[in-house]
Amino acid sequence: MKALLAIAWKSAWNRRFTLSLTVLSIALATLLLLGVERIRTELRDNFSSAVSGTDLIVGARTGSTQLLLYSVFRIGAATNNVSWKSVQALGEHPGVAWVVPLSLGDSHRGFAVLATTTGYFEHFRYGDRQPLALRAGRPFGDGVDHLFEAVVGADVADQLGYAPGQRITLAHGTGELTTGHDDKPFTVVGVLARTGTPVDRTVHIGLEAMQALHLDWVGGAPMPGVRIPAEQVRKFDLAPKSVTAALVGLKNRAAVFSVQRWVSTYGGEPLMAILPGVALDELWQVVGVGEKALLAMSGLVALVSLGGLVSVVLAGLNERRRELAVLRAVGAGPRHVLALLALEGAIVTGLGVLLGGTLAALGIAALGPWLQSRFGLALALSAPTLNEWALLAALLAAGWLASLLPGIRAYRLSLADGLSPRI
Amino acid sequence: MSAPAVLQARALRFAWPGAPAPCIDIAQFEVAAGEAVFLHGPSGCGKSTLLSLLAGVLVADAGSVQLLGQDWRTLPAAARDRRRVAHVGYIFQQFNLLPYLSVIDNVLLPCRFSRARRSPDARAQAEQLLARMGLDAALWPRSALQLSVGQQQRVAAARALIGRPEVVIADEPTSALDEDRREAFLDVLLSACEANGSALVFVSHDRRIAGRFSRQVLLPAINRAAAPQGTHA
Repeated sequence: MKALLAIAWKSAWNRRFTLSLTVLSIALATLLLLGVERIRTELRDNFSSAVSGTDLIVGARTGSTQLLLYSVFRIGAATNNVSWKSVQALGEHPGVAWVVPLSLGDSHRGFAVLATTTGYFEHFRYGDRQPLALRAGRPFGDGVDHLFEAVVGADVADQLGYAPGQRITLAHGTGELTTGHDDKPFTVVGVLARTGTPVDRTVHIGLEAMQALHLDWVGGAPMPGVRIPAEQVRKFDLAPKSVTAALVGLKNRAAVFSVQRWVSTYGGEPLMAILPGVALDELWQVVGVGEKALLAMSGLVALVSLGGLVSVVLAGLNERRRELAVLRAVGAGPRHVLALLALEGAIVTGLGVLLGGTLAALGIAALGPWLQSRFGLALALSAPTLNEWALLAALLAAGWLASLLPGIRAYRLSLADGLSPRI
Repeated sequence: MSAPAVLQARALRFAWPGAPAPCIDIAQFEVAAGEAVFLHGPSGCGKSTLLSLLAGVLVADAGSVQLLGQDWRTLPAAARDRRRVAHVGYIFQQFNLLPYLSVIDNVLLPCRFSRARRSPDARAQAEQLLARMGLDAALWPRSALQLSVGQQQRVAAARALIGRPEVVIADEPTSALDEDRREAFLDVLLSACEANGSALVFVSHDRRIAGRFSRQVLLPAINRAAAPQGTHA
């Protein structure tokens, strides 16, 4: 067997140019499979870590996925708001420990603006129930003295180069065509540490500030002829009239369904409450289809590469009939010939998978920071996961099985040819 | 024929699968130990087929072919492979060598696959054979492809002889060589076989070299299946 391995290696080395192309294509397939798998798991982790520690999310009656999308992922918009009275009633419910109201709709240079209370920094959790931490500065304060203060997420700070002290202006709406709140600038007072969640891409302000911004607005546009300068807004009642949604924490999680029922039967206005975990799962089932399609696609690429391996070796087989005859003349049986080609397939696949794995590791190391800042995908270089090992093993096994095909052909050829190949 | 036969064919008949008539029909053919037999005949008279039968690559439909008293037909395929390499050295017409191995590794190939051909001094033996073949030591570590055709055939001869097999079968090994090289190759091959004590079955259609062998056999004369084709070269 050792002799055969040496011969297989030298024979393969002799045809290194053709075979290296095959190795390369297997490497690319491996890279693709590993990359997609890594991004997929990371995506899923990021996704499911977007919110935790919140028992219920309450909003105007709509689809549960839609409520989750706009309240947690800042995607889409609410069709209706929740009145401030309802939020207060919810806060007085005996089972409720805390309520963090959220108000969305404004933006800052493409980043969503979230108006909330200071309770947000205290109660919001992400990932494995991790609280928000500040990288620099402090949370925005309560009261009129701290009205125009903003706390920005890590991505906002990194991409726009913000540090505490920076003055920013917000825009009304979230699209390209936004009108300004230029007359009421904010000061960045804090920068949040990176979370890998939509929080990183959010500008946080106080609910009163949101109210102040829109004092001289009506129906989504500035009131003609009315300008209320920033220094005078404090004279007005800045209590919010309505919010987009509210995060709710319960004193006892066991009460979650009874509170949910209380919300959905609330008399004041049509409301709904969703369990974030359940809604995340539902949403993932939708998103997961695309992710599975991606994986299936990489699987197909791997299949094509292995097909390439088979065809390259098969095509070269006719030219190798001499070689096989010589081997038979010096004592190699047809089984040895089969083993020789199987070994060659194993070598080629092994090298391809090894190269692909190395490329994947290098790619993650090189592109990780960029992906993190650009897409918020936290790709870290780490040992292959169980799933990835399984993928690698499957690739190796498939490659080896594929190489048996030319092996069997060679076996037949060398049986038929004997010592005198008919070429 | 005083010496015992190393190869012995009796009432041998063989037809290729699907062929209407046999292509080999030989009543008797023997090769004695140490003998150098020249087997000749026109192309198509069954030379290659007979060699395959003698080497146990093909098995007779009827009759027997015995190598050292053992009928090939009684052995399963894997055992035939082992027995062939243990007792038979084989030289092809050309392209005898694996291009990715050095000259010396090519000579040592049978030792890798056969315990019978292996010996502790295999390397020394290979070097001795190569030297006897007139191949300079500087060539030994080179790739087989860097050699001329004549040199390659000598390496093939050294490979066929390593481990002292009882029989060396050469299938037109001189057909790719010019006259001078042919004579030189025959010189070294015949003397090495003699020194080794190996019987040589040398197939060729070139009758000019027939005189250098201890016995000449015209295949169409003993192969009744080839006889109707008549004239020979």
